[in-house]
Amino acid sequence: MGLDFTVIPGYLDIVLLGGLWTVGITVAAALLSFFGGIVFAVIALYAPWIIRQPFRLIEWVFMGTPLLLQLFLIYFGLVQIGIDLPAFVAGVIGLGLHFAVYNSELIQTAILSVDKGQMEAARTVGLSRVQALRKVVVPQAVRAVIPPIGNNMIALLKDSALVSVIGVSELTLSAQRAIGATYRPFEFYLLAAALYYVINLCMEAVQRRIERRIAISR
Amino acid sequence: MDVDLMLRVYPFFLEAAWVTIQLSVLTALLGLACGSLGAAARLSRFALARFLGAAYVSVFRGTPALIQLFILYFGGPQVGIQLDAFEAGVIGLGVNVGAYMTETIRGAIISIEKGQREAARTLGLSRWQAMRNVILPQAARMMVRPLGVNLNMLIKSTALVAAISVIELTYTAQRYIGSTYKPFEMFLLAGVLYMIIIYATGRGVAWLDRKVRIV
Amino acid sequence: MEQQQDFVQIRNAQKAFGSLEVLKDISLTVARGQIVAIIGPSGSGKSTLLRAVNDLDPLTGGEVWLDGVQVNKSLHYRKYEKHINEMRQHIGMVFQHFNLFPHMTARENVTMAPKLLKGLSAEGADALAEEQLDKVGMLDRIDYYPSQLSGGQKQRVAIARALAMKPKLMLFDEATSALDPELVDEVNLVMKKLAEEHMTMIIVTHEMDFAAAVCDRVLFMDQGVVVEEGPPEVIFRNPEKERTRAFLRKHLENAR
Repeated sequence: MGLDFTVIPGYLDIVLLGGLWTVGITVAAALLSFFGGIVFAVIALYAPWIIRQPFRLIEWVFMGTPLLLQLFLIYFGLVQIGIDLPAFVAGVIGLGLHFAVYNSELIQTAILSVDKGQMEAARTVGLSRVQALRKVVVPQAVRAVIPPIGNNMIALLKDSALVSVIGVSELTLSAQRAIGATYRPFEFYLLAAALYYVINLCMEAVQRRIERRIAISR
Repeated sequence: MDVDLMLRVYPFFLEAAWVTIQLSVLTALLGLACGSLGAAARLSRFALARFLGAAYVSVFRGTPALIQLFILYFGGPQVGIQLDAFEAGVIGLGVNVGAYMTETIRGAIISIEKGQREAARTLGLSRWQAMRNVILPQAARMMVRPLGVNLNMLIKSTALVAAISVIELTYTAQRYIGSTYKPFEMFLLAGVLYMIIIYATGRGVAWLDRKVRIV
Repeated sequence: MEQQQDFVQIRNAQKAFGSLEVLKDISLTVARGQIVAIIGPSGSGKSTLLRAVNDLDPLTGGEVWLDGVQVNKSLHYRKYEKHINEMRQHIGMVFQHFNLFPHMTARENVTMAPKLLKGLSAEGADALAEEQLDKVGMLDRIDYYPSQLSGGQKQRVAIARALAMKPKLMLFDEATSALDPELVDEVNLVMKKLAEEHMTMIIVTHEMDFAAAVCDRVLFMDQGVVVEEGPPEVIFRNPEKERTRAFLRKHLENAR
């Protein structure tokens, strides 16, 4: 059958639009995973036992099962409960929660590694435990944790392709639409791969910028 | 929770788990082979080999594994590659995880301190003799745990082949969710099996790591 | 007599890292059986010079000769590799941080190279290991792993490992600098024994007393040049150059 890249221009706009959706989904899920990660980390470290244990169980399950399976659970599971969310939202929630769990592990490590003396100093100045956490410990931990979380964000970008399986109209699905019309999977999946790669490079550049900024303010 | 349903369908999930295990083993072996080749390329004294190795890592870590699978399975026939879904899954995922393993293996080799290389060379060993007798034995011991992390990731990524209709755990879960409308129960069945596989693998890796630790 | 003089020859050695010149036109000869000490402040280039002798850190200019053969020949890659590996079998090196192979016992550390490169049999290797390790006083720990040995013991095994290849020349790169003070003597003793057996040795060291006791010649290096050289009695008791005096004064102060 061979290759024919001339089919691409005709459907480039559809695929690029899908690319924009991918960026949007990635950013939304990344934000959810970042703040969710902080919340999960604080719960895992400081919450009373009865709340902590179920959370750790959920974390364990989320880290021990594939993302795709989790997406199925969230998308179809919410419908079963009666919440009928658009696939897009289910996708963002699924991605966000999945990576929130991984980020939470990183943040827990970072918080624990912030010098104990920092907490003591904050308390002696008169801050309560919560205030000390908020103003002193967590900001420092967050600074240390930006690089590995940045890597998670990039992983999130790649995993965002999975939401195409539950019907979200992003880059992968858009490529599939073009393939449906032209019967040229190689060309369009290659185009999609190239676009993912470009978005990836942009994210890495942003990450480097942020890391440099942090290094200066140390 | 519909326990009756779960008791009725779990045999299908066990069969599917076996497919997942097979996928994992074959993909891991291919991944190790690609990883070793990639690491050798990246550490080669030939600039071309180093470039190709770096390009391999960059491209296969920088694009979604799902897309790589689709290119191979759906796009393959256009360039003369006809694979069935299982084969495409193993090769596609194997080459993908190989990119990650390349960095793991290369990292372990580089982490062996310079002095070891120097001591070996000053005794008169050639570059390859030093690698084989001094560096690699030490690096191999260092890379067991990080390769275990790659393996963990690999097992979970086998779920992607559900998208090309390989009848493994995730595909089976999706199928039964579709016919029973009980996503939670099906997630539980598939999830528990995945976690058992991952836990057992983790213990195996930990055992191997302890066994090869230098006295 | 001329042949004897020129056992080890360094001619116009130069080493530059980009624009930084670490060795500036150094020439040196060592006669067979001579023991030469190189002293000087850190950054003087003494380790760099030593490591140029077996081409571990190749010179950017100049030549190194051992027993009539040029060590740092300029050859095509394959030929060069063959050449340098062969040459290095004749040059033993002992490092500041020992660099023993952690995954091998003392015995295996000592026998690995002879077995691999000289085709020694298992029995021959064992006999060699026992002989060399006995010489350095480590026979009783022959099957211990490096992690089970003290610093001084490790360094003695490292010396045995280098001697097992029956080298013509031994290079010591601050062999005792990483050792706790109590462990230094056992290593110095081994080196003294070697000196008495007329092994040709080049020793980079901070231990002035040891250098004075054992060496035939002392070189003082500073900022990439040999400032002064001569017999230990002269260099240590009555040096000519002011830089030498200043260094020795400072060193004595620190030692106290």
